[in-house]
This record gives sequence, C-alpha cells and structure tokens, in this order.
Amino acid sequence: MSGGPPKGLPSTGPHSLLDMPHPLAGSSSEEAVGGDSTPSPDLLMARSFGDKDLILPNGGTPAGTSSPASSSSLLNRLQLDDDIDGETRDLFVTVDDPKKHVCTMETYITYRITTKSTRVEFDLPEYSVRRRYQDFDWLRNKLEESQPTHLIPPLPEKFVVKGVVDRFSEEFVETRRKALDKFLKRITDHPVLSFNEHFNVFLTAKDLNAYKRQGMALLSRVGESVKHVTGGYKLRSRPLEFAAIGDYLDTFALKLGTIDRIAQRIIKEEIEYLVELREYGPVYSTWSALEGELAEPLEGVSACIGNCSTALEELTDDMTEDFLPVLREYILYSDSMKSVLKKRDQVQAEYEAKLEAVALRKEDRPKVPADVEKCQDRMECFNADLKADMERWQSNKRQDFRQLLMGMADRNIQYYEKCLMAWESIIPLLQEKPEAKLAPIWGNEETTWCLFTTTVIGGQPGSQPRYFHEDFFLLHPIAKHNIFSVRTSHFLIFFFF
Amino acid sequence: MEQAPPDLERQWQPATLEPLGHTDAGLQAAVGEEAEGSRDEVPGDGTEHALGLGVLMTENNFGLKKIEISVSEAEKRTGRNAMNMQETYTAYLIETRSVEHTDGQSVLTDSLWRRYSEFELLRNYLLVYYPHIVVPPLPEKRAEFVWHKLSADNMDPDFVERRRIGLENFLLRVASHPILCRDKIFYLFLTQEGNWKETVNETGFQLKADSRLKALNATFRVKNPDKRFTELKHYSDELQSVISHLLRVRARVADRLYGVYKVHGNYGRVFSEWSAIEKEMGDGLQSAGHHMDVYASSIDDILEDEEHYADQLKEYLFYAEALRAVCRKHELMQYDLEMAAQDLASKKQQCEELATGTVRTFSLKGMTTKLFGQETPEQREARIKVLEEQINEGEQQLKSKNLEGREFVKNAWADIERFKEQKNHDLKEALISYAVMQISMCKKGIQVWTNAKECFSKM
Repeated sequence: MSGGPPKGLPSTGPHSLLDMPHPLAGSSSEEAVGGDSTPSPDLLMARSFGDKDLILPNGGTPAGTSSPASSSSLLNRLQLDDDIDGETRDLFVTVDDPKKHVCTMETYITYRITTKSTRVEFDLPEYSVRRRYQDFDWLRNKLEESQPTHLIPPLPEKFVVKGVVDRFSEEFVETRRKALDKFLKRITDHPVLSFNEHFNVFLTAKDLNAYKRQGMALLSRVGESVKHVTGGYKLRSRPLEFAAIGDYLDTFALKLGTIDRIAQRIIKEEIEYLVELREYGPVYSTWSALEGELAEPLEGVSACIGNCSTALEELTDDMTEDFLPVLREYILYSDSMKSVLKKRDQVQAEYEAKLEAVALRKEDRPKVPADVEKCQDRMECFNADLKADMERWQSNKRQDFRQLLMGMADRNIQYYEKCLMAWESIIPLLQEKPEAKLAPIWGNEETTWCLFTTTVIGGQPGSQPRYFHEDFFLLHPIAKHNIFSVRTSHFLIFFFF
Repeated sequence: MEQAPPDLERQWQPATLEPLGHTDAGLQAAVGEEAEGSRDEVPGDGTEHALGLGVLMTENNFGLKKIEISVSEAEKRTGRNAMNMQETYTAYLIETRSVEHTDGQSVLTDSLWRRYSEFELLRNYLLVYYPHIVVPPLPEKRAEFVWHKLSADNMDPDFVERRRIGLENFLLRVASHPILCRDKIFYLFLTQEGNWKETVNETGFQLKADSRLKALNATFRVKNPDKRFTELKHYSDELQSVISHLLRVRARVADRLYGVYKVHGNYGRVFSEWSAIEKEMGDGLQSAGHHMDVYASSIDDILEDEEHYADQLKEYLFYAEALRAVCRKHELMQYDLEMAAQDLASKKQQCEELATGTVRTFSLKGMTTKLFGQETPEQREARIKVLEEQINEGEQQLKSKNLEGREFVKNAWADIERFKEQKNHDLKEALISYAVMQISMCKKGIQVWTNAKECFSKM
C-alpha cells in the first residue's frame, strides 16, 4: 500500500524534469505549467499569498513583506537534494525567511514555506505560506497518525530552556530553520509521505488553523486500523531482520549519544582555549610597548594570535550551529524509529494471537476468518513499508553522515589554514633586519643608474605591502645596464636600466 | 672600549683582597699573536655561544684557545649535606674540549661533576667581582609556570633535562662574554673539581658583597643617578612583569590546548565501535578514527617543543634581575659619592666657621661653646688642622670615587649595550622558532584532518 499512482487527470501528472520549465524560470507565475496558457485568477492570487496567508491572532501584522528567495540560493538547495539517481522530481519545498511576530499574547517566529510542484494533488504550481513551529509539530503528529507504518523524520527539539538559549537569536533561528527545511525535504523525498493529505494542506492552506480545527482525519484504512491496535499482545518471535534493525538502532543511538557528548566537550575545551588565547595575545602587545627593535615583531605576534583566536571562534560557532543539531536530530530520528518498530511488533503480535485463537477454536474451518486475514495483511504491509523505509533511511543516513563528518573535517582544515597563513605571514616581519629606511631614488629613462636604499620588509596581512630586501647592489652610476631585484611579499621585480 | 690596566692578579693567583668598586674591566689583549687573532673572534653577538664555543685562557700560556663546553649528563646522587643529613641531589657532568685550530678536531681536556649549588656559588662570585656586567642567569631552581601535565618535581627527568640544557647555556654565555670568560675562578670551575669551593670562598667575596639593606637605602635616597640607569631599572621591572605574565598565560594556553587535542582521541574509540555495526560506512569510520588518535597524541611533542620557547623567555626573565643588579650597583656608588661629597662640604664649612669664628649653622660645637665658653685658640688650631687633614683625604677620596663612578658607568653601559644587542637577537630568534613551531603544528593539523576527511568521503 505504498503510494500507488496518483489519481488525476490523464493529461497532467508528474512531468519529466526536462519537459517542465524550471520552477524558477521567470518570476512570472502567469506562465502556467503543463500547457495552460491562460493565467487563471487563482494563479494571480497565488502571488499575493505571502501576506494574506498569515492568520495571526489578535490581528498581529507580520514583521514585513517577504520577498521571493534569491534564485541562486533556492537553486542551490534544490540541487543539493537532486541526488536521486535519475528519478524525476516534481515537488520542491523550501523553508526560509524567518520572521519574528510580536503579539500581546506571545512572540514567535514564522517561516516561509515555498512549494513548487507539477503534481495533480496541487491545484497550483506554486505556493507560498508561512508556518510556525507549532504547525510543523501538528504536521508530524498527523503524519504519525496517518502513516504509522512509515518512519517519520524528526523535528528539531521542541522545548528550549528559556534562560539558557535565546529563542530569537539569529543563530538559534537559523539552526532551526535548517532543521525544519531538512524535515520537509525528507518528507518530500518519501514516495508515500509526500502524497499525504495533511502534508498537502500544510504546504498549501491559507488558513491552517481552520483546517486543524476541522479535525479532518483522512486516515487510510490501514492507518485507522493500526491506530486501534491495542497493546498487550506478546510477541512470539521477532523476524530476524527486525530484531537486527532494533539492535542496530540501539547501538546506533548509543554511539551517536557518545559522539554528541564528545563534540560538546571539544567545543567546551575549545572555548576555554579561546578565552586564554584572548588574554595571551595582548600580553605581547604590552611587551611590545616596552621595546625598541623588538616592538614590531612582538606586535606582529600579538596580531597573529588575535587572528588565530578569531579563526577558532569561527570554528566553534560553526560546530555549534551546524554539527551538533544534526547529530541530535539523528538521535531523535532513531528514537522515533524505535517506536515504529514497537508498533510493528504489536501488529505482528495481534496477528499471531488471533491466529492462535483461531487454531484453538474447535471449529475446523478450512479458510482463515476474514479478520485474521486482515491482520495478516496489516502485518505484511507494515513489514514491507518498514523495510523499504529502513533501506531508504540507511542510504540517507550514510549520505548525511558522510556530509556531516566531511563538513567537520573541512571546518577544522579551514581553521588550521587560517592560522597557518597568519603565522607564515609574520615570519618575514620577524626576520626583518632594521636598517636605515630611506626612500628610493628612481631614475627616469635617461638615467642609467638608480640608488636603491630601501630595506623595509614584510608587512602585516592587509596592510600596505612593503619590500623584502635580500641582496642589494649599490649600483655603479656609469654602468649602462644595472639589474637589481626587490622582492615583495608576493613577487619578484627586476629593474633593467 | 677602554680597559683598566691589566689586572693579572685576579686571573692568575688566588685573588687578593681588593677594595670594592675597583672595576676590573678586564684584561687588555694578552700576549701573543694567536691571542690577537682570536680576540677578534671574541663574540659580542652570541654566535659563538650558539655554537657551544667559548674563549678561555689556558693556564700555561696567555694564548686564547677555542674551547667547547658541554653539560653532557645528569646523575642522581646521595650525600651528606652541611647539617650531616642524607640528601638526594643531581650532579651534572661538565666536559671541556679544546678545539685544535688546524683540523677542527676537539680533544677532551677536562671533565668534572658539579651540582646546582656550585653553579650558584660561581654566579654569586661573578656578581660580586663584576658588578658592572650583566651576569648571565642560572636556570630556575624550582620548576615554575608549569601547566598541569608538566611535573613540578625537581627530580623529574624532564625538568632535570631542561635544567641541564639551562646550565650548559649559562656556561656558554659566561664563556662567550668578552670579560667574564677570562676569570680564573670560572676557569677553575671548569677544570678543578676538588677544592674549588674552598678556593672561591678564600677570595672572601661574600664579605665584599653589598648588603641588601645598604643597597635598598641607596635606591631610595640617591639624588642624582644617571638617568639612563633609572630608565633601565624601570625597563627591567616592566620586562620582568610582562614576561612573568606571558609565561603564566602561556602555561594556561598549553593546558587548554592539551585538553582540546586529547578529547579528540575519544572519537577514535567511538568511531571504531560504531564502525562495527555498519556495513559500507565501517571502513571509512574506522580509519578516520585512527587519524583522530594520531591527532590526539601529536600534542605531546608539540608542547614539549614549546617548553623550549618558554625556557628562552625565562632566561630573559631572569636576565631582568641581573640588569637590575647593575642599576642597583650604580645607585649605591652614586649614593656613596653623594654622601662623600656631602660629608666633605660639611667638613669644609665647619673648618671655615672655626677659622672665621662665625657660626652660620646650628652645630653642637656652637651650642657647647655658648654653654661652656669658648675654647682656647690652641684647641681651635688643633681642630682646624684635623679638619684640614680630613678635608684633604676627603677630596682625594671624592676624586677617586668620582673616577670609579664614571668608570663604572662607562663600562657598565658598554656591557648593557652588548646585552641589548644580544637580547634583541636572541628574542627575535626565539619568536621565529616559536612561529615555526606554530606553523608546523598547523601543517600537522591540516594533514590529519585532510586524511580524516578522505576517510569520511569513503564512508
């Protein structure tokens, strides 16, 4: 029962990517997709969805009108997801543009959800709505209810300790936005979940709250019946593969937890290291003020340490914002997966119990009663769904972690490269020999000599370049051709006269 | 720089007592062409010092020969101390080799064992007899500025090793100093194991040392010290303060850096455990974990190298004290001079008053005269005569003190200039080597993480 072909008009339906104009092509949404040439009034209305879609309690106004996301960033995000081998994509969802809303009752953030699709399930090719975390939470619950045999992706953590974390800080909001974006993209990628009714409404409805209030639970048959599975059945024997999955998830969650703790510890140590560095660098400055010849070298070292400190701060910020949240997400993911496994066990247990009950009954019917058959169906569907989802999950997990860990390595490499550059750039400064600094006297084309006496060397990165003097020849004023070299920090200049 | 007439006595016989303040500014070039030639090589820039060479007089002739000094070993010993109690101490083997000019080969000429307290004795002696020289400092007696992984134990082998290097450095600094290298006690320190202590003590240098109290008093009361010395004193105070601060913070930085690296080692273990449950990801994780282990263990060598940098800074921290000592000596001499001048002036005035019979200032004599009656002309004559003698003596003394003072200032300042050059050179070298260490650390970091990234990419 995993998503059959969508019901719809034969003329429409998922188009191959090549046929379809690119979702971002032209800002004119008057261009209908799939051959419709006349823009419908609905289409025009879609454009102004941005603000009207916001149903804010107490008539609060949005912080500002949202502008379409820049094409390139949207494109980048789309391309990142476009990894499925040859699979045609007909649904693109993005989360961006967080905005703060201040009302009398509460303050909260909404995010803009942009949907582009050619699917029949969507009346319009493009939608733009605003949603808040609550709405995502609602969606997830609905998905769990309606698709209990599937693995639903996790949401970022709901509760934050108000004192510790600033819910409205840029970093927190951005981290959350990324997680919410990932959440929707994972659903979008799922062949079954992406066709879920609730998902559709979430992406498209002008007034989500009204829909929520209606409580329209469009549960599939499977969903309804599974919901009513009562616990209390004891499982006889778990099929090996599900036992293996269970064990795997246990260990996996454990290891992830350890990695999370290690990563946190590293960041903590790095921050403490940073604190000391920030005191260390300036001491060289203080020293520099006492000295004559050593003043510049010492000042250079001080600046260098300052640069390294900045690089370290960037590293810790990045790790905190990008690395830790993804880890945590996966831990939540595996937790929710475990509960799906449990449900599967329940379904199997119910089936086995019913089967046993039938076997015990004296009536020897040749045919198995209908409700036991239904149970069996349920179980087999569940197993199939779960298996498929697990495979998909494993492959996504592999990719996600490859990306995550490579990202971690990358950031560390960048940190060291920044430090390396800083230290390498002061070596010339440290090696500089103090000599009388006189301005060079250049000759013009007629003269055949030049007295070169400047020996200023090195230079701080970003400051005016200075010359590095190695050998210099006092030039004979009579010689016709005089060659001498001046090496700047970047290139060699030869002067011929 | 001009030098006082050669004072060979100090150098070649057990030193006879000499009045303090007699600046033995060193010998003129000793006899011999060899000496002339080598004298040009007497370094002021520390290069020879870096090479482990020194210039010394040999006992047999006045020629200067190139020698190599090394403190090659350290040994734990037990013995009885002054209070006849068992104690454990470390002895250091000092080997002296003379370098033959012709083939550059070195021949071991002397080797003996010395302990730290004997080095201290040598230095204290040098401080007394060369007050105008910035005497090189000894390595620290006790381990300070340690970060938690470093041991503060004096018997710890790493500490002993670093101290060995420090002591060698001290000897090389002395041996490469144009004046100190010619000192006989120093020479005996390197060559005469037994009885050296007695020889040093026989010089009676302890008696000649200025009392701390006297010096302190002079520092407060001196009216007209040479401005350069006052500035130098401020500089050395501030230098001491800033380097201490630097060393303290550096130790904390080292501590933290250690923590960062070591925690990464945990990744190694957990990646390994995780890889056990993975199929395709397993290999990549496992090998990445190995790189994390490499990363974590690399910090030990890095920080060990950095200790060398800290030691270089420490030397100049202690040098600040030596600078101050020279300033103190100047203040003492200047104060002495001022007191002598003051004394002379008052005596002159007294004399004048007696001669003219006028009492211009309040004096005890004036009071008693008023109370008990005038003295007889004979008495007065006698007193005037005594005073005149004293005045004469005083003037002589003042002259010589003045001369001494000026000589001291001249010679001391010359050595201070030499020291400044040395300091600038050495500290620049230290900063360069520190930067090089940091560069190497960064490159290692890039290497490890690049390797890890490659492993991750294969996951």
